[in-house]
Formats: sequence, structure tokens, C-alpha cells
Amino acid sequence: MSAIDEKLAIQAGFRERLDENELLNCMRCGFCLPSCPTYIASGYDEAQSPRGRIALMKAVRDGMIEWDADVDRSLSLCLGCRACEPVCPAGVSYGHLLEDARDIIQQNKRTSLPEQAVRRTIFQGLFPHQDRMRSAAGLLGFYQKSGLQTIVRKVGFMKLFPGHLASMETILPPVPSKRDMNNRPESLQPIGKKTARVGFFSGCLMDTLFLETNNSTLKLLQLAGCEIVIPKNQSCCGALHGHSGEKQGSIDLAKRNIQAFEDLAVDYIITNAGGCGAYLIDYNHLLSNEPLWAERARQFSDKIKDLSEILVELNFHQRTEFQLTPQIVTYQDSCHLKNVMDTAQAPRLLLSHISGITYREMKDAGSCCGSAGIYNIVEPAMSMKILDTKMKHTKASSADTVVTANPGCLLQMKLGIEREGMSERVRAVHIADLLLEAIQWDN
Amino acid sequence: MLSTEIKKRITSVVGHENFDDSKAGCLVYSYDATPQFQALPDAVVSPRNTAEIAGILKICYEYKIPVVPRGSGTNLCAGTCPTQGGIVLLFKHMNQVLEIDEENLTATVQPGVITQDLIRAVEQKSLFYPPDPSSMKISTIGGNINENSGGLRGLKYGVTRDYVMALEIVLPNGDIIRTGGKLAKDVAGYDLTRLFVGSEGTLGIITEATLKLIPMPETKKTMLALYQNLEAAAQTVSNIIAHKIIPATLEFLDQPTLEAVEEFARVGLPTNVKAVLLIEQDGSPELVEKHMLKIAEICRQNEAVSVQTAGNDSEAEALMTARRAALSALARLKPTTILEDATVPRSEIANMVKAINEIADKYKVKICTFGHAGDGNLHPTCPTDSRNSEEIERVEQAFAEIFEKAVALGGTITGEHGVGEMKAPYLELKLGSAGIEAMKAIKHSFDPHNIMNPGKIFAKESRKRVVISN
Repeated sequence: MSAIDEKLAIQAGFRERLDENELLNCMRCGFCLPSCPTYIASGYDEAQSPRGRIALMKAVRDGMIEWDADVDRSLSLCLGCRACEPVCPAGVSYGHLLEDARDIIQQNKRTSLPEQAVRRTIFQGLFPHQDRMRSAAGLLGFYQKSGLQTIVRKVGFMKLFPGHLASMETILPPVPSKRDMNNRPESLQPIGKKTARVGFFSGCLMDTLFLETNNSTLKLLQLAGCEIVIPKNQSCCGALHGHSGEKQGSIDLAKRNIQAFEDLAVDYIITNAGGCGAYLIDYNHLLSNEPLWAERARQFSDKIKDLSEILVELNFHQRTEFQLTPQIVTYQDSCHLKNVMDTAQAPRLLLSHISGITYREMKDAGSCCGSAGIYNIVEPAMSMKILDTKMKHTKASSADTVVTANPGCLLQMKLGIEREGMSERVRAVHIADLLLEAIQWDN
Repeated sequence: MLSTEIKKRITSVVGHENFDDSKAGCLVYSYDATPQFQALPDAVVSPRNTAEIAGILKICYEYKIPVVPRGSGTNLCAGTCPTQGGIVLLFKHMNQVLEIDEENLTATVQPGVITQDLIRAVEQKSLFYPPDPSSMKISTIGGNINENSGGLRGLKYGVTRDYVMALEIVLPNGDIIRTGGKLAKDVAGYDLTRLFVGSEGTLGIITEATLKLIPMPETKKTMLALYQNLEAAAQTVSNIIAHKIIPATLEFLDQPTLEAVEEFARVGLPTNVKAVLLIEQDGSPELVEKHMLKIAEICRQNEAVSVQTAGNDSEAEALMTARRAALSALARLKPTTILEDATVPRSEIANMVKAINEIADKYKVKICTFGHAGDGNLHPTCPTDSRNSEEIERVEQAFAEIFEKAVALGGTITGEHGVGEMKAPYLELKLGSAGIEAMKAIKHSFDPHNIMNPGKIFAKESRKRVVISN
């Protein structure tokens, strides 16, 4: 495909698939600007704002300008945090526009053969297959446990990589044993009186690298009286695919997940990762054009609930003793949990019920930390700039413990703590692990 | 397109990193918040200080290149749309609060400061900067001054004009002048400060401003009065003022506006009444209490079906925030939202509201009305679709008649949004041809080459505006 064909194909794709009504709905009031982390971090560059990005999509669609490297850059640099959506009075579904635009670009853009191979391996070969995810995690585990990690660190091998990748290597959690990853329960009984029957969405990363957090989550749900079903045939939520312009891949995964959960007669489907939850809750949009699936997707989406939300709903915080040693605790919102699932109060309410601690809100806790899926790997400069601001606010809060509700945020906050040289004093934890710690405190 | 030589000269002033003529870079500064206006500039330039702006203007003056100063691009009169190309000037590097002077009660700021950031900064010192346009979370002080922005507190506290004490200005030929000072009294020559406030970037570039601050009112209370009769609500406004009470805020929202706002903000606004008044008073606790009681009584005398006071600060703030979102929330109804700000003496509010509804019926268009009823500044807003040219035609006719009616009632075509390019064809309605000539003479003496935001305020001819395709 020539460069001109590429531009024309992308423009044609925009014309066919970008929702014109949604584009026109943006009335350019600019109310989204102060909420956009990339607009602020770029020093108020309109091309790095939601209003600017929508204007670019519309201009390419209408043929006012051609798609080019600058347009591509603007759309690539978006975190996809969707902080612009709750503040948009006109109700523009920015996230959907972005996802469609990225998909059209990705499917029509000339990419190098190595990039195609890497994308194929990751999006088709790895994430859709939980057994391979376990193997990949196993490799990492081997690296950590065999002594290889020690050697690599001693000889300074990681110094050869860009700074943030080297730091990233140090903050990855210890990988659970392959046996633990393989021996997952398929159902669990409530501890005490049964209050609900729920399905648990285990997630691809959460059920490998963050297995301990999944275990804490299940324990909390049991203690809250949930009978839990964990269907084996579920798969990755597809968010990573969707955000990276691989929409077909995410549609396939969505169908698998809907099938896995639909006959289980559960009241809710629980997630403990904001990024996954927000994608699952959007399945009804993802499949809205498929008549055979639209209604099934809607029923699935209606059941999605974050862990914090269900715990509050079941009044778990009122009937449980939470206690920890004195420490200052702060909460960093997961963007998708807050902006798409509208869950921001529940985690704070739960934390405020832990005796012994001081809860202190940090400035701009609702603003993105710069993790954004694989954004911190593909856009390190912007990601680290946003992270630096986040760490400034974290420091100002004097927090000893930073609580998050999504694996990406958790790793990013750990990375920030590591980069600031604060790992001796400050820790980042998932809310499920902290709550369980607070229940078992006296043991 | 700018020639290579001009480009070279401008980049030698601001540096390559502050000059952008890429297609995407220009596209994102081709619009503001005004529907149906879009045009690409030739370049976007971000100077770092006054000297650089003077350098840029000298080049533009020499080559007769249009210059469009732009804050955050939230204006509603196509005031920052570069309809004649040229350079869009950004102030993203000039966004510092330079000084808060607690002895003289002034703040000195650069034009790129965000309005709300300034309000927060002075509040920390228990001071108050009252102008609060609905876009204050992102609008800039430079934009506010150039448009002479109003807001919800205009009735009691006035508008931006009433708080600008001194300016630093770069004239089109590159000369730098300073007007006014931290002075309560100053009659040394023409009042250029006032002339530049609301000049819409057509006379020069404002590079620094000294603003008046006042002590923070001790307390405030917010009230919501509901009506089943539009005119009764409008009559209440006149009666409150006639009782010699000046509330800090006196806002009016009609039913279609209420529905849209509540759908967005969900703060418990009623949607089953014909109109509400949102009233706020501030001052000493005794005075606020006394006034609120009296206002409630007047509301009830005018057939208010319910009068409620906000229980606490956050409830009050939610109501005010919801009101600020009115325009954007109306945008949910249809793809295109056209909003005007016809303004009448407040004694004519009831007549104007009635006229707007009659005109909407006559042209079979939907018009939602909200606005600052206390200062006679209404926002009749029409949700429509720019792709429907037949309907747009009727919308245009309806608004032309609304403007005529406003002027006939002793009002004006725009209370706070500015003329820009959008309302330029109607300016003669308000000023007459001699009035326009007088203003043009001022424009010409400052800007003989017509490079400063050309095409704004003055229309080529007085006619109904043509719809530019979106």
C-alpha cells in the first residue's frame, strides 16, 4: 500500500465507521480541557486535548485535512483514561470514538514486518490463551527464582535498557509457582450466611502475576457471604486489544466471556481490576451492531460490579472489624473504575472504616497516573512526566501506603515509588490485599 | 501560507519550538466554542514574553499578516476563529500570577492565567475576584478581558470591566504601552484601559493586567424558587430589585433547560415546573438571613409553588455548577446548539421572555431560555442540526427577530459574549451607522493595516449572517 492509499483508506474508514452524530455532539465548549492529563502535561497543547482530538478525527473524516503523522501522534498520545467523559456536559462518548479511530488506523496503517509479528504474538498468540499467559509468567518466575535475576542485576545488564524499563524490571511482583497458577478453584462457598451468588472475572494478568490479589479478593467475597463461581472457560477481557486498535480481537474475547458467564445464574460478575471492569461493562457497546449478541452483551454488562462496590452494597464494612498499625493511607483512583464504572466513593468508604490508620486524600487523586495499559511502555516520556506529577502529590500527602484498584496503576505507583527512591518508606498495594490484611491484623 | 522568509523571521523571535504550521497543529486552533465557524490559520505561535510579542507584531505589521490572540478558545461569538487566516497567538507560556498585593487589593497577572486558578489563589488570602463566566475552569483572564466576560455574579458585582485597573498592551506596530495603575482615581487622559476591555483583540495584544480584588464576603446562601408560570418568575426578578435588594446571583432557567441540566448534573433540580429562579445572596450573616427571608416572601407573593434553601455549601455549589453547565447540557438535545445573549433592562425581562416564546412558535423552532435574569441578560438557546439547512434558515430568522425585539425594548444584541464575527451583521441594529463609523475610526487609528483579529466586530455589510458549513 502506498502512502497515498494509506491516507485514503484511513479517511474512508473514518467516514464509514466513525459515528457522525457523536462527532457533532462535541460542541467544542472546552469543558474537557482541565480534566485531560496530556493537555496539562503538554503545557496546554490543544492537539493533546479531547476537544482537539475530536476535531482532528472530524477533520480527517470530512476531508478538511489528511491523516498524517501528526494526527497519528495526537491520537497515540491519548492515555484513554476517559477523564473527559464524566465532565462532558454534552455527553460525548469519547472513548468509543478513540477506540474506533485507533482500530481504523491500525488496520490500514503500513506497519513494519517485525511490528506486525510482535502484535500478532501478543494479541493473537498470548493474551487470549490463559495457559500461555501462565507459561509466560512462568518464564518470568524462572528468571526471578533461578538466580538469573540476581546475576542480571549484578552485572548491570538492565542498565543497557531505557531508564524506566530498567526500573520496571525491579518492581514486578514475584511470580507465583506454576502449580499455584494452574490449581485455581472453580467455585467457593460463602463463609457465614449467604448474601449473594456472584461470578468472578479472574483476568489474565490478575490470575498470573497478581494471583495473591485474586486470592485476597475471593477471600473477601467469601467473608462477605458470596457464593462464588469462577468459570474456567473465561478469558482476557480484551481491553488491551481494544485500546490498541485490535477491535476484532476484543470482540472475539467478549463473546467467549459472555458465553462463559451467561448460564451461571449469578447476581453479579465481580472484577478487581478497574481496567477490565470498564471494558466488560462496555461489551454492550462493543457488540451493539451484532443482533445475535446485543441483548446477551447487555445482560452481561448489567451484572459487572467492582469488588469495592459489592462489599459496600453487602454492608461488609459495617459488619467487619478492620484494623491496621498506625499509618497514613491514600487512594489513587483507577481512571476506568472512576470514569467509566463510576466507582470512586466505595473504595474510600471501605478505607475509612479501617481503624488505626489516617486516611488522607492526595491532590488530584482522580487524575491518571500514566500507566494506561501498555502506555507507559510505548509512550515513556509522557507517561513518566505524568507520573512525576503524581509522585509530587503522593509525597505531599505523606502517605505510607498508596492504595490502588487496578494492576496497571499498582505497577505504575510502585514504579513511581522506586524512581523516587522511597521504596523503604512507602508501599503500593491493591485494595483487596490491604482490606484482607486489615481483617487478619490481630493474627 | 506564510513565506519562508516570514517563517524564518518569526522563528528567530520565538524559537522553532514555539512556531507550528503543521496541518494538525493549525487544525486544532481553527475553531472556538462557536458552532458553524471554522477556518485554518497559517501558523500557531506561542510567545514567551512581551518583548517577543512586540517582535511578532512588528513582523505582522510589516507584512500585513492577521493576528488572532487566543486564550482557551471558549468564546461564543467566533471571536477567536481565524476566519482570515494569519497567526493564532497563544499564551500558554504566559500564565503566571505575578503578584497579589494585599495592601492595594490587586492581583497582577499574565494573560494566560486560568480564571479559576486566579480565583483560588486570591481566595487563599481571603480575597475575592468576582467575575465568574461559566467557562471559568478553563477560560483565561486574557480572554475574559478581551471579551469583557460576565458571569453569574454580574448583578451585584459587575463584570470583568469593573475589575481591570491597569494593562500592558502591545500595539499593532510593536509599541508597548501601559495604561491605568493601582489607582482608585486616575483621570490622566483617555481611559484606554476601558477601551481595551471588550475590544476582542481588534486593537492590540494585552500582555499583562492588574485586577481589582475585594474582601471575601463573610457568608452566602442559595435558594431555589419554582414556578408554573414563566412570567410570574420574571416578575419576581423585577420585584426583588424594586425592594432594593441586590442578590449576588439571580438566575432563570426554563423547563427545557431544567430537563437538560438535570439529566447531566443530577442535583435534584425539578423538571416538572415551568421555570425556576436560582438566587444567591452573600454578605454578613444577619444581612443574608434578612434578605433571604424577604426574597422568599416576594417569590411566594408571585405564585412560586415552592421555595427551598440549600442545606449546606456543597448543595449550594452543586446548584451553581449545574447552572454553569446549562449551555453544554443543552447540547445533548441536538447536534448543533446555537446560543445568543440578547440583553434588556431588567424591568423588561418578562416582556422579553414572552417575546422569545412567541418568536419560537412563529418560526416553529425550539428555543430554551436561561440566563442572568437579574441583569437582564438572557440566553435563548436553540438546539438544532447544522445539516438541516431549511431549519437553520428559520433559526436565523428567529434570532434576527429576537435581536430586533431586544433593541426595541432598550436592550442590546449581546450582553457578555461579544460581537465577534457571529454577531457582526447585527451590530448596526444597536449602534446605528454613525455609531459604527465612530468605532471604526478608533479601530483605524490603532490598527491602520487591519491586522488585529480582522473580520471581528465590523461586518462587511449589515445583513443576516450566512451559515458557514460545519
